[in-house]
Amino acid sequence: MDQPQASPLLTATGFCKSFAGFVALDHVDFTLHAGEIHALLGENGAGKSTLIKTMTGVVQRDAGSLTLNGEEIAPHSAKEAAKAGIATVYQEVNLAPNLSVAQNLFLGRQPTRLGFVREGEMRRRARALVAEFGLDVDVSLPLERYSVAVQHIVAIARAVDLSARVLILDEPTASLDAHEVEVLFAVMRQLRARGIGIVFVTHFLDQVYAVCDRITVLRNGRLAGTAAVADMPRMDLVTMMLGHELSEATHVRPPHREGGETLAIFSGFGKAGYVEPFDLTLQKGRVVGLAGLLGSGRTETARLVFGAERADHGSATVAGREAKLASPGEALRLGFGYCPEERKTEGIVAELSVRENIVLALQARRGVLKPLSRREQDAIARRFIELLDIRPPDPERPIGLLSGGNQQKALLARWLATEPRLLILDEPTRGIDVGAHAEIIQLIRKLCAEGMALLIVSSELEEIVTYADEVIVLRDRAHVARLTGDALSVSGILGAIAADASQAA
Amino acid sequence: MSAMPFRLPRIGTSQVAALLAILAMNWLVSPQFFEIRLQDGRLFGSLIDVLNRGAPVALLSLGMVLVVAMRGIDLSVGAVMAIAGAIAASLADSHSLPVVLAAALGAGLLCGLWNGILVAVFGIQPIVATLILMVAGRGIAQLITEGRIVTFTSPSLAWFGGGSVLGLPPPVVLTLAMLVLTLVIVRGTALGLLIEATGANAKASALAGVGTRLITIATYVWCGLCAALAGVVAAADILGADANNAGLWLELDAILAVVIGGTSLLGGRFSLVLAVVGALIIQAMNTGILLSGFPPETNLIVKAMVVLAVLLAQSPRLSGLATFLRGKSR
Repeated sequence: MDQPQASPLLTATGFCKSFAGFVALDHVDFTLHAGEIHALLGENGAGKSTLIKTMTGVVQRDAGSLTLNGEEIAPHSAKEAAKAGIATVYQEVNLAPNLSVAQNLFLGRQPTRLGFVREGEMRRRARALVAEFGLDVDVSLPLERYSVAVQHIVAIARAVDLSARVLILDEPTASLDAHEVEVLFAVMRQLRARGIGIVFVTHFLDQVYAVCDRITVLRNGRLAGTAAVADMPRMDLVTMMLGHELSEATHVRPPHREGGETLAIFSGFGKAGYVEPFDLTLQKGRVVGLAGLLGSGRTETARLVFGAERADHGSATVAGREAKLASPGEALRLGFGYCPEERKTEGIVAELSVRENIVLALQARRGVLKPLSRREQDAIARRFIELLDIRPPDPERPIGLLSGGNQQKALLARWLATEPRLLILDEPTRGIDVGAHAEIIQLIRKLCAEGMALLIVSSELEEIVTYADEVIVLRDRAHVARLTGDALSVSGILGAIAADASQAA
Repeated sequence: MSAMPFRLPRIGTSQVAALLAILAMNWLVSPQFFEIRLQDGRLFGSLIDVLNRGAPVALLSLGMVLVVAMRGIDLSVGAVMAIAGAIAASLADSHSLPVVLAAALGAGLLCGLWNGILVAVFGIQPIVATLILMVAGRGIAQLITEGRIVTFTSPSLAWFGGGSVLGLPPPVVLTLAMLVLTLVIVRGTALGLLIEATGANAKASALAGVGTRLITIATYVWCGLCAALAGVVAAADILGADANNAGLWLELDAILAVVIGGTSLLGGRFSLVLAVVGALIIQAMNTGILLSGFPPETNLIVKAMVVLAVLLAQSPRLSGLATFLRGKSR
């Protein structure tokens, strides 16, 4: 692959951004050269989107400087950024699906004569433009008639035609199939040859190695590293994305538990296009961890187990009985609980009080006709506020006003109030402060010791190895490895994640 | 961290104050507004009129408030009123009262079920799903009345319009009874909590195991039932059913009553009592304009101004501005 020229096209230096006390970017530097495809990687919450948004002016940065071709620029909106030559194409294509391809390409800058749009001229120019990108489409048809891949390329063509010198592609491949990805890559390579600098955000490591020249990794709002693709083996990359290289000895692992009674057995459980069929056994007093990169199928596995998504393969047996797991309600009656990763949109009911949020699942299980009296609700809320040290200790405060850590504790309380047999936690320690973090780990250990079965999704590998008895590693929506005993270590997990399909074969 | 515990402001004061202000204004334009006299065992007076005339919208709002709290909307209630009224009027002289009521209310339940299934099972946006019945319902009502204005003479059904219970018009008592019944059903069970949770965050509630689909259907069914009851009251009032005009545009009044009552169209927290207060505010305005001698057309403009005032009061930008100004003046 060609080495990019040394002239920096876009340079961001010392970018900082905080949201209400939460540091999203902490002195991040980023350099993009002309004629290179630069992968921007990191787990959820690493700061990728914040970096993109601050560079394109969608969000104003707190500190730092941005230069384009050696000139200092400070765009205040995506429009200003586009004018300066920085265009962004998001995962959800932001074009008008009901307008024709040509209209989308020339929206807001249609060729006109005497104020009338010259449809013929516009179509002719549109045809020439899409031909440049190797697309064979009828530009007079509505955009929605075409695949997402074509829509992406149209969005890219529009951006490039608007004289973009920097093109930011935010997860363009998330909803594309293998062939469409290839078509998109061909376009990206063509643009690289024209000297355009491309920032490519993705979660798929294979794609990074297939098309990119350089890699920048962010972790927890900081720059974790930047290097040429050739100098960054897979293993190093995964290590950089997920955590520090740490000495195993610093981690005290609990004595290995064989676990007690089997609670649930899933065999060949899966859903087409969601997660490949997997086998999973959950035992009382045992923690099973799910590890893998974002989009690898961790959360999807958790949702299938809880019935939030309905499996179309395999069977589940819970406490000796066949279970369909067709809905969260059924999982709830089986004694399952689930704290989702998206705490704000799928966890808390922000405008309701802490008390109401805590009793919600218990009340849902009791049904409409057996309401918890106000006194019972107060007692439950008070008990868990004290037990989990939820602050401020006011059960009537709307939960949306609490900090992330306290919201998470209240959600744990919601499930603990149902006295579950299995608790599924998706990234239980994400985005919460250090104190609450430690308390939640403590709680996980305690619940496990009390005989609860736990299934925990986490990208904090150093953490997961300290409390899990078994870690299942996922890659590309399939369970690829099961680690127990001595094999259960950060390096073991990293190895399993990084092993690419060809090596494994 | 502030030492003062956060408290929601006591809700309802502004609505009650608005109602009192409008009543006071009515008294200014018509000094005999508060006069109530007893005649033939029944109370008469402008105030009683406000309660009596406001009953249909108040009944509608009792169902609508639950639908709106679930982040839905039901545009079909006016049409459902027409259907129920048409059925009641057509059957009144040939069947006994229980049969008439069962048929009319049963039709309302079915209409609600239809709406609920479209929204909860087929996932159609509420505004579109209920628009179907809003349009089709009037057609159905006209089919029932065969395009005529059906009149009836049955005294048992007519009692719902012209009778009296302890001196009060039956619609008022009926509305009060429905308010109490709805309160018992919603607040006496866990339904209220589950509705508020689902309306505020449907995804999170579903993941907490709440049967959101069933609750959605139930709210539309209740809304249909309330609408049918309002339709019966309206038919009893005029001793007939006019499929073209019964309940016309009342869905908008009902939605307005709910919004005035402080329930956000974005779902979540709701208040049954304040929705009824909202309906009374609307009726008090209507009556006031009639009494003042202004042409009734001004009613629409006044109503529009009230809507504007309510929406502005709920606008987050405006409240941000108010906080900003308050901070400055300090």
